Amino acid sequence: MALAAGEPAPDFSLARADGQPFTREDLLGKTTVLVFYPFAFSPVCTDQLSVYNELLDEFAARGATLYGVSCDATYSQTAFREQLGIAIEQLSDFEPKGAVCSAFGVLHPLGFPQRALVLIGPDGVVKWSYEAPKPSELPGANLIFDALDA
Amino acid sequence: MPPIGPDDHVRGPADARAVIVYGDYECPFCAALEVRLRALPLRMAFRHFPVRASHPRAQAAAQAAEAAAAQGAFWEMHDSLFDDQGRLEDPHLWERAERLGLELARFDADRRSPAVAERVRTNFLGGVRAGVVTTPTVFEEGEQYSGRTAVQQFA
Repeated sequence: MALAAGEPAPDFSLARADGQPFTREDLLGKTTVLVFYPFAFSPVCTDQLSVYNELLDEFAARGATLYGVSCDATYSQTAFREQLGIAIEQLSDFEPKGAVCSAFGVLHPLGFPQRALVLIGPDGVVKWSYEAPKPSELPGANLIFDALDA
Repeated sequence: MPPIGPDDHVRGPADARAVIVYGDYECPFCAALEVRLRALPLRMAFRHFPVRASHPRAQAAAQAAEAAAAQGAFWEMHDSLFDDQGRLEDPHLWERAERLGLELARFDADRRSPAVAERVRTNFLGGVRAGVVTTPTVFEEGEQYSGRTAVQQFA
């Protein structure tokens, strides 16, 4: 199960597109939504990130930045992002595979991220999280707005 | 989710079962659903849910439909867009407007206007708020059907 509200984000390191690490320190002082998704290029993921991408101004107006997180290699994530034509930055949990997903409690038993959303506040503590009952169910963007507006 | 209101595009018998459809003119599943819904005794409200990353021409098509609406031809344009989804570039939109007897200069100005963009965006955000993440999404009597499930539901 995804980390619950009130739990601190763990120490972790994800790879940004340019190879630089994205760590717990990058969460501090900001409102962050980590969008965990199973696989780049699978049809279901496409709709989810595409819809969220339409709403980035609305999220920014609430001070929130979204990141997509999967276990795909950076090259795959970059190609995926370009194909979708989306602005949401991707973070890779490729090596060691699934380590960060595991630390956030969102690693599916078959070795890929659950479809989950984790909202982390400026203090590095989880404010809200959601895990879809199965990877084929897309969490609506309204869930993120409700959590941000709560 | 906003209930069917005076700002909506609605067609079908007033006493029939009401459905609200969130769709995009470039989505093939929406087109398939449209064919099925046309054959059923339903009162349908259609709202735009263009997702640009998936469907690059969806926004332009939605704006074209709203521009046609300003000249009283929403459903004609709506049907025309779904009937030929492969032709949604600007020349195809003008050709449709001409075929429908619309005033072309006004159609073109309206489809690019902030008011029309705002209308489409309002539809979209209403859908987001109701939990819509994919097209088509159909609401009927408190139930929600999405994507392929929506098409199968109305077989």
